[in-house]
Amino acid sequence: MKLDSKIPKGKLEDKWRNYQVNSQLINPANKKKLSIIVVGSGLSGAGAASTLAELGYDVKCFCYQDSARRAHSVAAQGGINAAKNYQHDGDSVYRMFYDTLKGGDYRSREANTYRLAELSAPLIDHFVQQGVPFAREYGGTLVNRSFGGVQVQRTFYARGQTGQQLLLAAYSQLYKMVRAKKVEMFPRSEMLDLVVIDGKAKGIIVRDLVNGDLKRFAADAVVLATGGYSRVFRLSTLAIGCNGSAIWKAHKKGALFAAPSFTQIHPTALPQSSETQSKLTLMSESLRNDGRIWVPKQKRDTRRANEIPEDERDYYLERRYPSFGNLAPRDIASRAAKERIDAGFGVGKLKNAVYLDFKFAIERFGLKTIKDRYGNLFTMYKKITGVDAYKEPMKISPAAHFSMGGLWVDYELMTTIQGLYAIGECNFSDHGANRLGANSLLQASIDGYFILPNTINNYLASEIQTDHPNTDHPKFEKAEKETKKHIERILAINGTKTVDHFHRNLGKIMWQECAMSRNKLGLERAIEQIKEIKNQFWSDVKITGHEKEMNTELEKALRLADFIELSILMCTDALQREESCGAHFREEFQTEDGEALRKDNEYSYVSAWQYDNGSFKLHKETLEFEFVKPSVRNYK
Amino acid sequence: MKVTFKIWRQEGPKDKGEIKTYEVDGLTEDMSFLEALDHLNELLVLKNENVIAFEYDCREGICGQCGVFINGRAHGPHDNITTCQLHMRSFNDGDTIVVEPWLAASFPVIKDLIVDRSAFDRIIEQGAFISAKTGTAAEANAILIGREVADKAMDVAACIGCGACVATCKNASASLFTAAKINHLNSLPQGKPEASKRVLEMTKQMELEGFGSCTFTGACEVECPEGISIINIAEMNARRSKAKWLS
Repeated sequence: MKLDSKIPKGKLEDKWRNYQVNSQLINPANKKKLSIIVVGSGLSGAGAASTLAELGYDVKCFCYQDSARRAHSVAAQGGINAAKNYQHDGDSVYRMFYDTLKGGDYRSREANTYRLAELSAPLIDHFVQQGVPFAREYGGTLVNRSFGGVQVQRTFYARGQTGQQLLLAAYSQLYKMVRAKKVEMFPRSEMLDLVVIDGKAKGIIVRDLVNGDLKRFAADAVVLATGGYSRVFRLSTLAIGCNGSAIWKAHKKGALFAAPSFTQIHPTALPQSSETQSKLTLMSESLRNDGRIWVPKQKRDTRRANEIPEDERDYYLERRYPSFGNLAPRDIASRAAKERIDAGFGVGKLKNAVYLDFKFAIERFGLKTIKDRYGNLFTMYKKITGVDAYKEPMKISPAAHFSMGGLWVDYELMTTIQGLYAIGECNFSDHGANRLGANSLLQASIDGYFILPNTINNYLASEIQTDHPNTDHPKFEKAEKETKKHIERILAINGTKTVDHFHRNLGKIMWQECAMSRNKLGLERAIEQIKEIKNQFWSDVKITGHEKEMNTELEKALRLADFIELSILMCTDALQREESCGAHFREEFQTEDGEALRKDNEYSYVSAWQYDNGSFKLHKETLEFEFVKPSVRNYK
Repeated sequence: MKVTFKIWRQEGPKDKGEIKTYEVDGLTEDMSFLEALDHLNELLVLKNENVIAFEYDCREGICGQCGVFINGRAHGPHDNITTCQLHMRSFNDGDTIVVEPWLAASFPVIKDLIVDRSAFDRIIEQGAFISAKTGTAAEANAILIGREVADKAMDVAACIGCGACVATCKNASASLFTAAKINHLNSLPQGKPEASKRVLEMTKQMELEGFGSCTFTGACEVECPEGISIINIAEMNARRSKAKWLS
């Protein structure tokens, strides 16, 4: 299969304009006749659904939560990047593009990354217009702060609740279009299969989570905006309901899956404290603007943090990366923490954490300033741990956070199935092997608000002439029947172990072998172990209740069945890529001082995997660097 | 740690519910309250019983999906937190913990502890937005908003839509929720063109949904996880009176 990324011709800064000039348009009268399904109501899904509806399309939007306002974009704390250069500190679209490409360790497309930076400034304009209460100076202008991997201040924020504010703006805009009867909203609805007719995506099978009914929905195009799949590790910063099922079903129906193993491990989450824990709470990266990270110089030091004198503390990020210090990119900061923890310098009850200390910032700027900047994060920390972080350092630890991998998409955000689009975190496009902080709200929003509404016309223009899909088509019949069978099969097992039991086991293996640091032996072993979990799951899982009711155990089981299969692909991908790049760190491929050793001669491509009856076939999209010469990433 | 849970069980919207008792052992103080319920559900599965349906998603206090009455208080014994932020260290070994769904006519029970809060979405639908379309925005810094105004808007924009304000109110009033959204948008320059229409239509929908009136008991602001002040209701009422008078 030849993967055509459809990158437009021309200079980097002209590509998006050239694309728009040459793209097909659809007149307003015809748009009304075309329908689009959007699965997911987060920033990308709600942004796309509302904007497509404003353009005149007939839109149906689905989410598994009780309201579109719950989507996990809501939890992003720190901010959103934009090349506005409001701080007059030398920022530009080009510099933002360069930072993002470099941050991703040169494993993303130049043209996509440039477009991300290019559309960032108008996105801030958009959200301000929609009433997002971004932080302001006394004079009324917008404020910025720094994020990791960057030396300028280009992050816009609304306290520690930026994701919430952007999501609520998108949700409001979505409900504006619900009121206008241009969007029909289906909450508590989960997509369980994709319907492909003559090679084109034409609809979905949905389970109504309230009464268990399976329903068919047809449309001229299907947009997946279903977020990340890091719940494959079970413990992660994601919402408990986040899942990979929609993209996994699409993958099994022919959509290629790109870079599945590229997973971001966030350096500053709250550490795991017990076996029964369900969630690792994120503490925003913005805290690293003012907090200093350290561990005791003495192994297994039992003293309280405040009792450890200054010269017995190891500020290891400042020591190893003097020019970026505490603001080193996430992959590097997480690995550095893991290195110290593994070497026996970890702190806390389970010795699995490092300190994040605000003592110096409070001395320098005063308590009030720190409270203004991070007050809600300190409050959240206290609610969860019972500890006052104004008085002693926070304890933090790395946690699975973001999927750089996802469905392979071209420049138009279309997958390898015609008429199936993937936007936001569920696609692979702009972040390469490591995402920079505050770029995920950006990518989700831009995909949904600005890119998809401009590219989907190019496909739909040719669909005006073809017959509109009908849910009576045999392909719908077949997909619904198979979904029903799948559900019945899972319920019929009636074994002896809970869904969570299997998820805990899967999570442990994935965290051990396919997270911050990977090696050949471990990955091979993990694949065998996961296959064994799969066998056990399908012979011994127990779910009570039935399919024709609200059944939260059944929902979990269906999601886990897909996670198990997806994790085999993740390990396969990590095993195949015999280099280290960004978040993908293969122990066999590192420099003398423990940094990632990239092999551009052999691996400068996007790995795109094809599903083939339980096994996976690799296709390569070679990355052409026309404008930037990939160099060794250096934050020292 | 061992506790006795007394939990509301209800098959469906039309079924009669009842409190059932569950003795649960093997809990730890570090567990969140919802993890204790997860643990109980695993025990129920192994005993071949149906699990307790309860809501959650982010489990970090921001999505607003979780929310139950715990020993008669919305979101449990502490002020201004969500249910997912409550930990078992707030209880003692041997405690009896009564867990019930939000109680309000406008939030009908779907199953067990899960209620239907779509009335909130319908209030939002009636005007909690700026009508401008994507692609029509002017340069962001062309709109200057003083820091005090922006901060005040953020204080109310922080609402997570959990419904604790309604659940805890003896009148089941949604005034705090509705006021938070109206005051957020109506206090900003971007929200001004539609300010009157917004306050009139959103408050009208609030009443149509069957939520009660506010009698300023202040119960809501105690439970609100974002600590949104009751003053906002007075402000909303003033905006509404002005809009009525002008229209």
